[in-house]
Amino acid sequence: MATGDLALGQLEGATSVRERVINDFSINVATVNGSGSQSANSVLLKSIFGMGVPVSGKNLFPSNIAGLPTWYTIRASKDGYVARKRASEVLVALNADTAREDALALPSGGVAIYEEKLDLKQYREDVVFYPVPLDKITAEICPEAKLRKLVRNMVYVGAVAQLLRIDLSVVESGLRKQFAKKVKVFELNFGAVKAGFDYAAENLPKQDQYFIERADQTKGKIIIDGNAAAGMGAVFAGVTVVAWYPITPSTSVVEATTDLLKKFRVTPEGKATFAVVQAEDELAAIGMVLGAGWAGARSMTATSGPGISLMAEFAGLGYYAEIPGVIFDVQRTGPSTGMPTRTSQADLLSVAFLSHGDTKHVVLLPGSVKECFELAYAAFDLAERLQTPVFVLSDLDLGMNNWMSEVFEYPTTPLDRGKVLTAEDLDRLGGFARYRDVDGDAIGWRTLPGTRHPKAAYFTRGSGHNDAAGYTEKPDEYIEVMERLSRKFENARKLVPGPVTVKDGTSKIGVLAYGSTDFAMRESLDQIKKEYGRSVDYMRIRAYPFAHEIHDFVATHERVYVVEQDRDAQLASLLKLDLPADQVVKLRSILHYNGLPLDARTITEEFATKEGL
Amino acid sequence: MATTAPAPKLNHIGLPVLEYRGGKTTLCAGCGHNAISERIIDAMYQMGVEPERVMKMSGIGCSSKSPAYFMARAHAFNSVHGRMPSVSTGAILANHTMTTLGISGDGDSASIGMGQFVHMMRRNLPMIYIIEDNGVYGLTKGQFSATADLGSKLKTGVVNDLAGIDTCALAIQLGATFVGRSFSGDKKQLLQMLKAAIAHKGTVMLDVISPCVTFNDHEGSTKSYKFMQDNDEPINEVDFVASFDDIEVDYGSGEVYEVEMHDGSNLRLRKLQEGYDPTDKANAVRTLMESQQNDEILTGVFYIDTQKPTFIDLLNLVDEPLGQLPESVTRPAKATLDGLMASLQ
Repeated sequence: MATGDLALGQLEGATSVRERVINDFSINVATVNGSGSQSANSVLLKSIFGMGVPVSGKNLFPSNIAGLPTWYTIRASKDGYVARKRASEVLVALNADTAREDALALPSGGVAIYEEKLDLKQYREDVVFYPVPLDKITAEICPEAKLRKLVRNMVYVGAVAQLLRIDLSVVESGLRKQFAKKVKVFELNFGAVKAGFDYAAENLPKQDQYFIERADQTKGKIIIDGNAAAGMGAVFAGVTVVAWYPITPSTSVVEATTDLLKKFRVTPEGKATFAVVQAEDELAAIGMVLGAGWAGARSMTATSGPGISLMAEFAGLGYYAEIPGVIFDVQRTGPSTGMPTRTSQADLLSVAFLSHGDTKHVVLLPGSVKECFELAYAAFDLAERLQTPVFVLSDLDLGMNNWMSEVFEYPTTPLDRGKVLTAEDLDRLGGFARYRDVDGDAIGWRTLPGTRHPKAAYFTRGSGHNDAAGYTEKPDEYIEVMERLSRKFENARKLVPGPVTVKDGTSKIGVLAYGSTDFAMRESLDQIKKEYGRSVDYMRIRAYPFAHEIHDFVATHERVYVVEQDRDAQLASLLKLDLPADQVVKLRSILHYNGLPLDARTITEEFATKEGL
Repeated sequence: MATTAPAPKLNHIGLPVLEYRGGKTTLCAGCGHNAISERIIDAMYQMGVEPERVMKMSGIGCSSKSPAYFMARAHAFNSVHGRMPSVSTGAILANHTMTTLGISGDGDSASIGMGQFVHMMRRNLPMIYIIEDNGVYGLTKGQFSATADLGSKLKTGVVNDLAGIDTCALAIQLGATFVGRSFSGDKKQLLQMLKAAIAHKGTVMLDVISPCVTFNDHEGSTKSYKFMQDNDEPINEVDFVASFDDIEVDYGSGEVYEVEMHDGSNLRLRKLQEGYDPTDKANAVRTLMESQQNDEILTGVFYIDTQKPTFIDLLNLVDEPLGQLPESVTRPAKATLDGLMASLQ
């Protein structure tokens, strides 16, 4: 079975069969991709959310359009844990090809809700079985054969809702929202939900211990995926030029951006205040981003590992010629094509140093959907302030999965368009040198093409240049620019988003992590405290170059674990390059890189082993 | 007693030609590219283009260095090898009110940059794209490029055994709306074509044969000055009358193909090949393919379409440059975000 350690069948926090488990379990919907189950799973997720219970959803899908196994896991957690859990207690089995393995993966005392024909009872005796004649019910309520595949999904939603005691009214209002204006579609779907619900109520007496009960933990919260949040951030950053090439798992960043631009950035006359271009490849996408950034537009692209590799040469040009642009990298597993639909954090080093020569980049590391939004708009400000490409490193888990979040806040500061001289400025100054550090912040002033002043123009080039943008091969002139670029990067430590720290000030042990690792990390810290009585300080890194607080954090702890989702300890490596030699020896790595989202137990076990607990 | 120099001649926006000059060239003496730079200066000056309203874009190679040698008052972007089209696309999207001039070479466009060249032509963005075509890589000392003709010989005696890519035929097929070929040594033809290019709205692709005096100007080369002087076959005589010119030229009827340009100028193409219609796309491509078979080097304006929408039209962009829209336009209001948040609850 492709889900790897789901097969371990270990039940976390095992409880006796008779004891009720309320709002604290996972549901695994095993289906086939291309069957249209995505919207049914979304309704189920939102129904639990609607019950006021903290929830997260993860789609584990193949790199394929139709016919291969897909699993969608929904975790309800009264404690607010939203990371992946190794085992799911409730199985919804719809895929004949994986049904046996899916059933065998259930923990003892687990629940199997399944298409009757799959006959799962033959495989286990320690599981509660709820067979549902989905095909039969579907055929009865849906005369149109073409629609049955989709309607069938809603039938299982109804059965699951009834069995877990989710209020039908909550499912109904969720559906109504989903199909807002399409009354007929709503009626068809809700009819299916109700048929499944009624069947379960009449035929399947509750025998298991898993319940969803109404709570008050999701009030005022939203559900969104990281890519939609990032796209929203870009729109509220005032992006005007988007150039991209489709690649999983970043495509939905641009789709979300485009949808919002079409809604909110068209003039009353029907004219667009934005341009979205599907480029011929990622080389062209980044070229367009830099051309637009050079000419004064807020420009962006979104890609994943293979696209990042193609962008390498241009990334160096952007760094050296000092051109703003924003690049979202939604990471998937590599090397090469790797596993395109599995998550990873293994692009960090290649992004930080993308291109040949002495090149380094500002990289922002959002750790939640809210930060996907916030760091997206921060990236545009930083790119124009620092006059450099800024990378936003997300990953498939954060980007494509649904997360619960506080509502996003409107930016409190105006757009920072950076240091740009106008014709009036040039009149006053009598001219300018593009790459001269006149303010001591290592950032020169630039002009935009079209500025009507005889002294406005300068020559932008990736070849050796002096501080007046003139071509040079002179050693001292070359070094002058390179040193200033270094100082600019050093100054960026103070401008990028600082780390977030959780500590009580007593622990000698620290943990450093970034991005989507945060969800599992916070749960793991609770496990370590609860199970081993150890309190560990935690700092979540939000950007490269590293803020000074990160150095201080390492300096004030005896041992520091760096938890990340790649094989080669890339974050730890980057830290080692940055830290004083005597601090480097403090770092230890906890690594996870099998393509599945990180779970807390993996961290806790590895930590316990390494600490000898 | 000091004498005052005569006042320099000014163009119709009041600038002397000196204001269209650039830095001193570092290319070889006699390089065709220098002559092209001179014609660009003449054309921009005569057309009265504001230098500050021009973006000079280029890739990498001898040709791509040349924007440093003309119009110092225009912003320039010497980008990476073969990628000038994408950088230009971005720059034009950010500010489509500019006159954009791209300078590329045969290596930069027909080899490393072929992918981007193809898609640039397809989009019909408003820009002038010039290939300074000498059939060899100059900066790496004389290897063949992909436009070198079949049978052309290198100085070392190596013979090119692949047919050259005809960038004009390609550009016409792909969707460029003004396509022609000229020769750096033909001052009159090149100047007229450049002036018409400035007046055109859409992608202009000009392949300008520009001999490399150091690596490809010898006996046996098909891109030498001598070979071009002997084999240049103009398909039409190009005459451009700008909208602000007060000239009436009278040709006998039936001899001239007259094209009214977007800005009210007139492009007059006196037919040198019987029945050649520069708006007939299929015929233009066929004529070019036949000329390649017959070892002829056709020059002139091969194709023009003044009606096709540009990429800017297709994107339906506002008149103002996107890069200069104020925050009030580009950042949606707080109520918009609040509405989005409510829809996600």
